[in-house]
Amino acid sequence: MIADLTETIVKILFIFSINVGFYAPILGWVERKQSALMQDRVGANRANIFNFKIIGLFHPIADAVKVLTKEDFIPEGADKFFHTLAPFLSLTPAIVTFAVIPFGGAYELWGHPVKLVIADLNVGMLFIFAFASLSTYGVVLGGWSSNNNWSLLGGLRASAQMLSYEVAMGLTLIGVFMVYGSLRLTDIGMIQENFFRWGIFMQPLGFVLFFTCAIAENKRAPFDQPEAESELVAGYFTEYSSMKFVMFWMGEFLEIVTISGIVTTLFFGAWHLPFVTDQMLVSFFAGAGPNGAALLAMLVNVVVFFAKVSFFIWLMMTIRWTLPRFRYDQVMRLGWKMLLPLALINIFITGIVLLV
Amino acid sequence: MGITTAFSTEEPLGGSVVLTKLEAAINWSRKYSFFLYPFATACCAMEFMAVGGPRYDLDRFGAALPRFSPRQADLLMVVGTITHKQAPILVKVYNQMTEPKWVMAFGVCAVSGGFYDNYATVQGIDTLIPVDVYIPGCPPRPEMVLDGLMKLQEKVTKEKWSDWPRGPAPVKMKC
Repeated sequence: MIADLTETIVKILFIFSINVGFYAPILGWVERKQSALMQDRVGANRANIFNFKIIGLFHPIADAVKVLTKEDFIPEGADKFFHTLAPFLSLTPAIVTFAVIPFGGAYELWGHPVKLVIADLNVGMLFIFAFASLSTYGVVLGGWSSNNNWSLLGGLRASAQMLSYEVAMGLTLIGVFMVYGSLRLTDIGMIQENFFRWGIFMQPLGFVLFFTCAIAENKRAPFDQPEAESELVAGYFTEYSSMKFVMFWMGEFLEIVTISGIVTTLFFGAWHLPFVTDQMLVSFFAGAGPNGAALLAMLVNVVVFFAKVSFFIWLMMTIRWTLPRFRYDQVMRLGWKMLLPLALINIFITGIVLLV
Repeated sequence: MGITTAFSTEEPLGGSVVLTKLEAAINWSRKYSFFLYPFATACCAMEFMAVGGPRYDLDRFGAALPRFSPRQADLLMVVGTITHKQAPILVKVYNQMTEPKWVMAFGVCAVSGGFYDNYATVQGIDTLIPVDVYIPGCPPRPEMVLDGLMKLQEKVTKEKWSDWPRGPAPVKMKC
């Protein structure tokens, strides 16, 4: 009991610190540097502490402190309760969804079985969908409670977009579940121990569709219609300032991390290196004793998993700075008339292949 | 903000070490994290784009993120001529910005009306809102803008708690 509790707390602390403590601030810097790289600029590099600049890594700190000391503003006529609730509602789901994503295999430490996932739900993927749709509420409430036309329009656009793409996303993943025969993400990860059973080989179309839908869910360019600066000022968070505005932003960044985590788990072999099974890792580190070997194997798992996650984060940043924004009717057309039929075709083909 | 009253204890203490250090740390973060609001009305906007572009790169100073919502912006850049018809809008945008906020007059038209010495043009935006940095030139060269930004950074370093909040613009206007 105590061991289970300790295990869970350690895992929660680990995921929390790596998401909120590492990825959320560092992604702001990555985005800046990636945009600078792609536009042939230098990017933020002037902030220094005692003349140490470390390629602009102090800029996220400067941004964070500045934002914390900025005036917190609630517009006149706004619904104060919901206006304050909205940023929390859009940030929390992004953190919580990571609970079901496995970041390593199952091992035994001091006679106690340890699975590197916070909650090993048998409906893991449904849990993710449930929370992804919950984050729509944050956006819609933020837009509605601000008492601002642009916010309302942004919130409505966001809700329409997120709901439409959730349909295509769900249908895409049905193909994945048909292949793996499980909704439990750790099972899916275990099956991908075999390199030729990686999701990208089993469901290549599914990967493209899922990734597109996930970017659209995330509301970033080319799907950033909900905040479209040229039309809606700043979309659903127009009336948010200081930390609340940054919470929307952090939610967006953490969603990127979660999406990359899901893509890695479903399509890119989760925590596995190609052709290397967990058993091979443990026997490779056998010199360190049974517990030491398990710990080292865990470390390799975690590093491999987060390296893959970081790659997909980078890919999403690159897409964000490459493509221009779609028009709203184009977004809807892409979602309903192209991705949805393609997802259905994907299910159909997968079914035929599985039967034959 | 409430900071003014909370930290007025500083004066009798003669600027105690802790408060001064905190002030310096916050000023440090503020000067490297200007979110811009480009209030671009005229041809100077071209030069503003040049400053943001690869050759001069405003982002090096941490000042490249334009927020088009005044609630999230720190630095109001008035880029171009302000006519009397436009004036109420400028004042409104200034009042909508959250504290702390700074204003940069970009180009002679914003500084003093420039050669538009006529009935239609505001003779300098400092007749409407407080201005922190004036950048002359028609249009100013990107180097001048960067210099102006560094001057503003220096100014921010010297700010005190008691400088904030500034409150709404001294001019009352309706639009």
